[in-house]
Amino acid sequence: MEVLLESAESQQAFGARLARAVRAPSVLYLEGDLGAGKTTLTRGLLHGLGHLGPVRSPTYTLIEPYRLTGLSLYHLDLYRLGDPEELDYLGLRDLLGQDALWVVEWPGRGLGFLPKPDLLIQIRYEGQGRLLTVTARTAAGEAALGRLRNLPD
Amino acid sequence: MRVLGIETSCDETGVAIFDDQQGLMAHAVYSQVDIHAAYGGVVPELASRDHIRKTLPLIRQVLDEAGLDKGSIDGVAYTAGPGLIGALLVGSAIGRSLAWGWKVPAIGVHHMEGHLLAPLLEEPSPQLPFVALLVSGGHTQLVDVTGIGRYRILGESLDDAAGEAFDKTAKLLELPYPGGPELAKLAEHGDPGRFRFPRPMTDRPGLDFSFSGLKTFALNSIKTALAESTDPDQARADIARAFEEAVVDTLVIKCRRALRETGRKRLILAGGVSANRRLRERMSTAIAAEGGEAFYPQPALCTDNGAMIAFAGCQRLRAGQHEPLVFKPRARWPMDHLEAVSSS
Repeated sequence: MEVLLESAESQQAFGARLARAVRAPSVLYLEGDLGAGKTTLTRGLLHGLGHLGPVRSPTYTLIEPYRLTGLSLYHLDLYRLGDPEELDYLGLRDLLGQDALWVVEWPGRGLGFLPKPDLLIQIRYEGQGRLLTVTARTAAGEAALGRLRNLPD
Repeated sequence: MRVLGIETSCDETGVAIFDDQQGLMAHAVYSQVDIHAAYGGVVPELASRDHIRKTLPLIRQVLDEAGLDKGSIDGVAYTAGPGLIGALLVGSAIGRSLAWGWKVPAIGVHHMEGHLLAPLLEEPSPQLPFVALLVSGGHTQLVDVTGIGRYRILGESLDDAAGEAFDKTAKLLELPYPGGPELAKLAEHGDPGRFRFPRPMTDRPGLDFSFSGLKTFALNSIKTALAESTDPDQARADIARAFEEAVVDTLVIKCRRALRETGRKRLILAGGVSANRRLRERMSTAIAAEGGEAFYPQPALCTDNGAMIAFAGCQRLRAGQHEPLVFKPRARWPMDHLEAVSSS
């Protein structure tokens, strides 16, 4: 599925749509260059899931946890990760519960030590806007993508 | 009271001895930046192992430098959070164990409280109350400080910290990551008039910050400039300058607003970004124009160090606070949840 988003606001709105389509447990990978809007999309997703506070960049903390009604969202940013093996030491395995939703920015830096994604979201620059490509990688991902396609605007 | 301070929250090992009569007696910092640069990022487990190797030798070194015996230490302070949990565990375990072995009290210190109080190590030091701007790679916060442990968060970044915006924009300008200080150097040769970046969230009331949008703005400016420019190096310097101007202006506007709203006259700056020269010049001028005064720690005390932990720990130990025979490092720790120290 491809979506063209013209602004940061529409990126955030797309995140909120995504909130209505995904179910825990799920793993989402977000790929895109610096400034592509990965955290902006995550902010929309979190707001869509009922989180009211700020959504800070996890670049320095590597992981920001959010407890929401019925699920926990873990926002990971592996940008500063030097070695994928490090993920083991961060105790991530303990966070893979039935109620867990993972959103992983820069998943390429954690290859081999991350769970496989259900949904892969690639963000590319398209003029001043962004072109999103959403791909399902598992049956759960297919189901989420189906719901996303059928959501009313 | 003489306190040994140990800082191991991230990738610097800092150890210092502070004495409330004699001031800072010795301090030493070992930076792991080179190790992490080789990996192109921070490596939390490597950081922990390196803290294990460096902390005890640094403690011996500062004791020697101060000409002191371990028997003359009256208390031990260690950073208990926030930070990388493995790294915090090292300093906490060493600090708590040494205190037990030496039969002196121990205290876990909040890393950002350390930064906040670092300007009090300088002469002349600012009188309480004051407003503090904590500005680093991981934080951008305005705090109203009415006493030690009496902190009210006035505003903070809703997305990227100012230092993070510096580091990421530096990367977009093809400088090595983290390149905040290199960006500032590049900005020296830039034309401040060529590009104009937005000053995020300054056109509405409030003391929160948002620096995430500057990345996108920088990226678009770079594309435009490189498409039309015959001198890409000059274009990068001009963009660096415009970016720095925008961050500095935004921080100055919010600090001035914080002083007006709280009625305070003194502002202190702390954290790695507070070493930025243009920020210091512009801030001092703006705060003086308000009839106030800005205070800064020396650059060595802006970045992570043991002196600030020894100092903050000393204030708390002197007030009778100390930890039982356990240590409890915390990766996350809201600063406005700290216990206050009654003024003596």
